[in-house]
Amino acid sequence: MKFAVIVFPGSNCDIDMYHAVKDELGAEAEYVWHDAESLDEYDGILLPGGFSYGDYLRSGAVARFSNVMKEVVKAAEAGKPVLGVCNGFQVLLEAGLLPGAMRRNDSLKFICRSVELKVANNETMFSSSYEKNEVIQIPIAHGEGNYYCDEATLAKLQENNQIVFTYNGTNPNGSLENIAGIINEKGNVLGMMPHPERAVDELLGGADGLKLFQSIVKQWREAHVVNA
Amino acid sequence: MYKVKVFVTLRESVLDPQGTVVKNSLHSMNYSEVSDVRIGKYMELTIKKSERPVEEAVKEMCERLLANVVIEDYRFEIEEAVAQ
Repeated sequence: MKFAVIVFPGSNCDIDMYHAVKDELGAEAEYVWHDAESLDEYDGILLPGGFSYGDYLRSGAVARFSNVMKEVVKAAEAGKPVLGVCNGFQVLLEAGLLPGAMRRNDSLKFICRSVELKVANNETMFSSSYEKNEVIQIPIAHGEGNYYCDEATLAKLQENNQIVFTYNGTNPNGSLENIAGIINEKGNVLGMMPHPERAVDELLGGADGLKLFQSIVKQWREAHVVNA
Repeated sequence: MYKVKVFVTLRESVLDPQGTVVKNSLHSMNYSEVSDVRIGKYMELTIKKSERPVEEAVKEMCERLLANVVIEDYRFEIEEAVAQ
């Protein structure tokens, strides 16, 4: 399975993402610049964290119109797994691939620390290696992670079981219903504020994020490899 | 040429944490008459005249990029700039 790590001007978690899938997971990975014309050769798309285009106007607002995003939309429509972490999540929201929007953290502070997440839905291609309601430790690092959507959208998210990760215990940013990560209706586009790519090695404080990437590969193998 | 002033603010239904902090600060300065503060963005666009009505073009720019209509409202004022 071959992953594309999309790099926008201002992305700064691209190297962590690449390291997670290439070195820790053992999959193939390549950096893909924001002006790329095609993502056809990749099986999974990863949008890393950072401050694409300096977060000018709004987080993700400018990146959403970069050339490669047309290809990300195409990949999402084709059913390929698309994961957006932190700024990547914000880009997916701006692009309309996921519903809702981000507000500034309710504390107005940039928060960088490890938090507890609850796996609210383990029946997705991104979370199948976790137990239902498993509590995991994943770092967050954001100033605008305060997820918001209107009531009708929230009802739909709940009805379709699209809330995949929630903050366990204290909510660090004020997000609606403690939402930390949501998936699209089709189940192949996940956006989350916490950084699983920063939790892939016990030496670096924890490896709870690795199962997320393992879930993607597991699902892909089941679908694409004969006698998997 | 047109000079277009675009104002973007968080929707009424969306809590504005920055506005709340500024309001509290004004209160602590004894401006107790302030009942609400909303913080937004102000943009100035200079637009060349074209066949397309400027209102229509600016509305589209706001909807697509300048505001995120999920959480933000926008309004704009169009002035016809005198050629220098």
